[in-house]
Amino acid sequence: MQNSSSGSTAVHDIHGEAHAANNPALLHHFAEPQQQRDAASLGMWVFLATELMFFGGLFCAYLIYRRWYFGDFGAASKSIDATLGATNTAVLICSSLTVVLAVWAAQTARKTLLVSMLGITMLLGLCFLGIKAVEYKDKFEEHHVPGASFSFENVPIPGHPNEFANPRHAQMFFSLYFVMTGLHALHMIVGLGIFAWLFAMAMKGRFTPEWHTPVEIGGLYWHFVDIVWIYLFPLLYLIDRHP
Amino acid sequence: MSAPEQHAKSPLKMYFGIWGTLLVLTLITYKAAFIELGRFNAAVALGIATLKATLVALFFMHVWHASEKLTKMVIVAALFFLMLLLGLTMSDYATRLWS
Repeated sequence: MQNSSSGSTAVHDIHGEAHAANNPALLHHFAEPQQQRDAASLGMWVFLATELMFFGGLFCAYLIYRRWYFGDFGAASKSIDATLGATNTAVLICSSLTVVLAVWAAQTARKTLLVSMLGITMLLGLCFLGIKAVEYKDKFEEHHVPGASFSFENVPIPGHPNEFANPRHAQMFFSLYFVMTGLHALHMIVGLGIFAWLFAMAMKGRFTPEWHTPVEIGGLYWHFVDIVWIYLFPLLYLIDRHP
Repeated sequence: MSAPEQHAKSPLKMYFGIWGTLLVLTLITYKAAFIELGRFNAAVALGIATLKATLVALFFMHVWHASEKLTKMVIVAALFFLMLLLGLTMSDYATRLWS
């Protein structure tokens, strides 16, 4: 009786020691840190798959209307500042670099680098949203926002100087422009929230080479939002630009 | 000790290389949009966008070096369903109006 009791205590102690020896961040239902990381990463990828279909529906709508209102879309697209769009693309690509450097810093236990890379990522994200705000302001001033005050009169269709774009068809372009870039901007805002949390956690020194899963999967999210923009840029800003 | 150090150093070169490539591709796609290429304008723009997206996924999202088969399966499945959505819809719209 005594033997079995002490035996069970010993087993319990070994169990506790095993936990203490491992990373305390390792959850009970995972065999090893690698499995825990893979599970978190897989979950993020499944979420990104649903996001891909979410944006995919909008891209599908865009393709259908682009075919139908080909010239009108060209005329409407020309009214957007392509240089601002290109600048924002560069800003997002730079932010993707800082994210990947942040993940690397977390993997190699470089706390200062991790904190600064997360900070720069947030600054680049804010820069992107600022440029976006300038673009939206221009559209409001030009009455290119779909609705009662929408106006798109006497705008020639690219390649056909004597034909004018149908304002109703151009309005469809701007509807898609605002929904797609707006939804993307919303994802950027969510991303900024995630990175603000990562920044606070990194400041407290919570991330170690053994456990920095939030940095990794937060990074996956940020890169995905970057990929969406990589497609939005040519489709919304760069159609029928040539003279 | 030198082996892990080397391993830790090598990805930085790659990250900066991918970053530079992405910026150059952005410049190319921007410049190409202002050149008359007929129907190839759209093909060039979307081709470059796909190349950039692939680079981001493979190297920044670590699909190439460190991902499980299960993760790859999720990616392939997601792309397959996206292609179903876009491909079947567009083949319908492209062949619907006979006039």
